[in-house]
Amino acid sequence: MTEWTRHHLYDLEDLSKEEIELILETARSFKEVSTRDVKKVPALRGKTVVMLFFEPSTRTRTSFELAAKRLSADTINFSSSGSALSKGESILDTARNIEAMNVDMIIVRHQSAGVPYILGAGVQASIINAGDGCHAHPTQALLDIFTMKERKGRVQGLKVAIIGDILHSRVARSNIWGLTKLGADVTLCGPTTLIPVGIRNLGVKVTHDLNDVLGTSDVLMLLRLQKERQQDKFLPSIREYARVFGINKEKLKKAKKDVLIMHPGPTNRGVELTADVADGEYSVILEQVTNGVAVRMAVMYLMSGKKTAE
Amino acid sequence: MAVLIKNALIVNADKMDPNLQDILIDKGLIVRVGPGLPDGQARVMDVKGKHVFPGLIDLHVHLRQPGREDKETIETGSRAAVKGGFTTIVCMPNTKPVIDNAMIVEAVVKEARRVGLLNIIPAGAMTRGQNGEELTDMFELKEAGCLALTDDGRSVANSQTLRLALDYARMAGLLFMEHCQDLSLSSGGVMNESYTSTLLGMKGDPVVAETVIVARDIEIVHYLKTRIHLQHMSAARSVELVRWAKSQGIQVTAEATPHHFTLTDEAVKSFHPNTKVNPPLRTAVDVEAVRQGLKDGTIDCIASDHAPHTVEDKEVGFDHAPFGVTGLETALALGITELVSRGVLTLNQLVDRMSAAPARIIGLERKGAVREGYDADLTVVDIDEEWLVKAEGFASKAVNSPFIGRTLKGKVKTTLYGGKIVYQDD
Amino acid sequence: MVPIGKIMDHEYIRRTIRRIAHEILEKNKGIENLCLVGIRTRGVVLAERIRRCIEEIEGRAISVGILDITLYRDDLTRVDTQPIVRETLIDFNISGKKIVLVDDVLFTGRTIRAALDALIDFGRPAQIQLAVLVDRGHRELPIRADYVGKNIPTSLEHNVRVVLEESDHSEDEVVLEEIKKT
Repeated sequence: MTEWTRHHLYDLEDLSKEEIELILETARSFKEVSTRDVKKVPALRGKTVVMLFFEPSTRTRTSFELAAKRLSADTINFSSSGSALSKGESILDTARNIEAMNVDMIIVRHQSAGVPYILGAGVQASIINAGDGCHAHPTQALLDIFTMKERKGRVQGLKVAIIGDILHSRVARSNIWGLTKLGADVTLCGPTTLIPVGIRNLGVKVTHDLNDVLGTSDVLMLLRLQKERQQDKFLPSIREYARVFGINKEKLKKAKKDVLIMHPGPTNRGVELTADVADGEYSVILEQVTNGVAVRMAVMYLMSGKKTAE
Repeated sequence: MAVLIKNALIVNADKMDPNLQDILIDKGLIVRVGPGLPDGQARVMDVKGKHVFPGLIDLHVHLRQPGREDKETIETGSRAAVKGGFTTIVCMPNTKPVIDNAMIVEAVVKEARRVGLLNIIPAGAMTRGQNGEELTDMFELKEAGCLALTDDGRSVANSQTLRLALDYARMAGLLFMEHCQDLSLSSGGVMNESYTSTLLGMKGDPVVAETVIVARDIEIVHYLKTRIHLQHMSAARSVELVRWAKSQGIQVTAEATPHHFTLTDEAVKSFHPNTKVNPPLRTAVDVEAVRQGLKDGTIDCIASDHAPHTVEDKEVGFDHAPFGVTGLETALALGITELVSRGVLTLNQLVDRMSAAPARIIGLERKGAVREGYDADLTVVDIDEEWLVKAEGFASKAVNSPFIGRTLKGKVKTTLYGGKIVYQDD
Repeated sequence: MVPIGKIMDHEYIRRTIRRIAHEILEKNKGIENLCLVGIRTRGVVLAERIRRCIEEIEGRAISVGILDITLYRDDLTRVDTQPIVRETLIDFNISGKKIVLVDDVLFTGRTIRAALDALIDFGRPAQIQLAVLVDRGHRELPIRADYVGKNIPTSLEHNVRVVLEESDHSEDEVVLEEIKKT
């Protein structure tokens, strides 16, 4: 198996197929830890992990925090949203402040693409990107791929449809990198106004008709639709979106009998999918959440080697 | 006291004399040009065969004073300008407060004279507070020292306002310079809309946001039979529209910046805030079109769009960082490195695009050439000297250059303004 | 590594494992409440072999767990590249059980320390015993084995290489080697 030599995790774009597989394999071992009575291992004892969240996020932050705690790391929250910190604070200044506290790992989320890279260039600590703008969200993609692999036994050749607002989705971008590297067959499906320019160059197919993917996909990954998209005129109405691109029981009849319904959460029930689909037999949405902790433990474990900055 | 520059290789837009010439300067004017002039009473300055250009002219500079003296002042901007070989610059009105009345114009002119390193011409706002609504008092602005008007930083969004403003500006004898960007189409874009913006997940500012305004302005100018100057053309399609307009005899002039003829949006992949400019860096096709536009004269001149920002302002994440790069000190070297060395422009053409053409556009009759009777604004250049762009090396307060770390060719050795040495490289 | 000599061969190992199985049964008076846990990787192979012997003798099944101690290593903060973590598989409740930990070589005792910590995170066993194929001395922690296949006096310049068919795809043997100084 390949060795892990990276100091930072910015995006799956940078990783090789073997590195992604190593994370998934390691995550498998960590999933078991979460099933024990004592859900904690001493692997990161004495290490300090900072959650630097410039954008509100409960789910991802909690998942990372739980992962860190299960690895016995000390965690500090440096979260802030809406305050002066989220906008207009010098990234390097923040970085220097954190560096002065001698932390080992920084989990960063920011509404501006590229902030983890700028941070990484300025500090000794390991950086894990927990979402930067619409650019990347590598651990979400890893947990999505982990869930597919666990359920389907493979990723190679899997037909995956990513449905919704691709334009504004960091989850979609990171998944596209990861899935295509592992040989999945990815089709994007969404309204013309929410498919970004030149995305086909990434080796994916694009359709605007749900029927093109409904019957053939092994996985239907639904993206969260932000309500603002209607005000920004990307869509006539949320109602129409739900009608054209939303998944309900009726539409699901056309799907494969072993299809997986995935969603990075939080779901807008009645928009991307109806409640009965979200809670239905094909949905693995809660498994994704469970797997998120294991994947993040794996990533943090692999990144905590004594390596100095590249 | 008279000055005699000896052994100069004079480069004018129209010709380059292969023989070394002497230039006699007196009372701020070039009084004689010729080989082997007698020393007489003049102080002699031997440039030993270096190239002497007419002082460079930049139609697009942000000096930030008044209001953001932490980014740049008239004094530091002046030092940066003369270090870059410029002897005349037009400063943009988007200061705080906006240069939209005589009082502020006079204050800028007064401070520029006190610094006294070069000729600084303020551009007045086209509309009060650059709000796009009420016209400024143009005759007042002209009397105070403005030669041009612009709402740079944004377009005049309302077409009727533009029509009336252009009509009125013609009467006042002022040039209107347009920043071409339809803000509704740009819709908060932070980089060029392209495959690269898709990869980076950044909000794209599409080419069409620029070209719709270029096309609209061309049509309005054509209708009014007046003239316009289009700022920082960045897209192949814009160049094409300007080329067509010129072929129709429509009075359009245009400028391009060194970053737009050098860098593509691939540079944004570094996430470095110094690659965030407005208009955004475009694709290789656009860069090539801008170069060709400069070559065939479709784009009349090079302007730096010098936009100094502090590191603190820039290092806040790409989305929140302000647009713009510092440019005065690298403009000439980029012209030599990227255009002359690559055979896009001859040295004469570069002098045209950086001195003669801007002088013509803004209406400076005794500038833009090394000629008897012209102002003794001169730039002595070693066109072969290579130098490394370093953050520590800027005379400007700002170091927000995307070219830091690059080795460029062509270095300003001496700058003379009105016969006085205002910059000397050591 | 320079080989010094073969210390155990296939047959010797077979007999040793059989002896250990008998000792375990003798000491625990049968297999009541008894489980085996092998430490990855060769401890697992050995635990499997001991299980087969015990089942043969007793005619009853005995549970075997697999323990990966990577996450409990005390040198994790000092290594450059994180070692690969493999799955721990203990699908029975260890609380109140008598556990026999199985490993190939007992050396500094640090692996066993990690294994004890890991096991205790799974529950509260009644007792933990230790079985090893080779004890080579040089303990750094107060740990001793309950069942030892063979005591081999070594120096710190030595390495004890255990080869087992199932994990190493080569005939069983234990070889003493000299670590070559570079």
